[in-house]
Amino acid sequence: MTLSTAVHDTFVIERTYDAPVALVFEAWADPTLKARWFVGSREALGAGYDLDFRVGGREAFRGGPPGGTVHTYESRFHDIVPEQRIVYTYEMYADEARISVSVATVEFHGEGAVTRLVLTEQGVFLDDHDTAAQREEGTRSLLESLAASLRGDDS
Amino acid sequence: MLDQTIDLDRTFQALADKSRRTMVERLTLGPASVSELAAPLAMSLAAVLQHVQVLESCGLVKTEKVGRTRTCRMERAAMSAAEQWITDRRRGWEARLDRLGDVLNEVATTEERP
Repeated sequence: MTLSTAVHDTFVIERTYDAPVALVFEAWADPTLKARWFVGSREALGAGYDLDFRVGGREAFRGGPPGGTVHTYESRFHDIVPEQRIVYTYEMYADEARISVSVATVEFHGEGAVTRLVLTEQGVFLDDHDTAAQREEGTRSLLESLAASLRGDDS
Repeated sequence: MLDQTIDLDRTFQALADKSRRTMVERLTLGPASVSELAAPLAMSLAAVLQHVQVLESCGLVKTEKVGRTRTCRMERAAMSAAEQWITDRRRGWEARLDRLGDVLNEVATTEERP
């Protein structure tokens, strides 16, 4: 008997940037530029973050608080049309456990001096790795809230 | 928000019963059949089934009948973990795409300078 569950989700985010499409695309293709916004630190390149931007190439990021859970992001590029489209898949791990698998599509629409970017992500969240622990914790907190409300702490 | 409040009220109501708390505690260890849930309780299977239905109606427990056995398992915590993850992913992307905007502005400013 397993406790595994799979939850699916799709979301779309649109942004318009005051920059020509060549520059916006470059920010996804150039490792130094991408580290600055994707990880939030240009020093991350080569120190936890790597980007090999080509079809079949990989991108990886590994990080987390000292002594805490190590979160790993690993992606692979499937389709690249310069200044138009990037399609990649990626997996997320918490320590050794795979927690999600996603397909992401980034579309670039150059409109003169501005660029409209559309990011679509379709993912499946897998929680059979530590479900029992999560459930126990969730239930325990419910029971504690219940106890608190019965004591009148909340009212 | 309103729905969540209603849901929480029902959850608390469902848990405000010692027998149902015993069942929930058992289910946090893993799925169980109705008769397994009934084992430590001094009550009929029919009474246990009624309690299970209360737990199921507030979304705390999911049940599935295979043949003659109804298997019960915890549902709520797993779902909120999933919902949390989905919210976090989206929020992560919003923040990242904001940073992309900042980087683009910086680069454009630098390049415009002679």
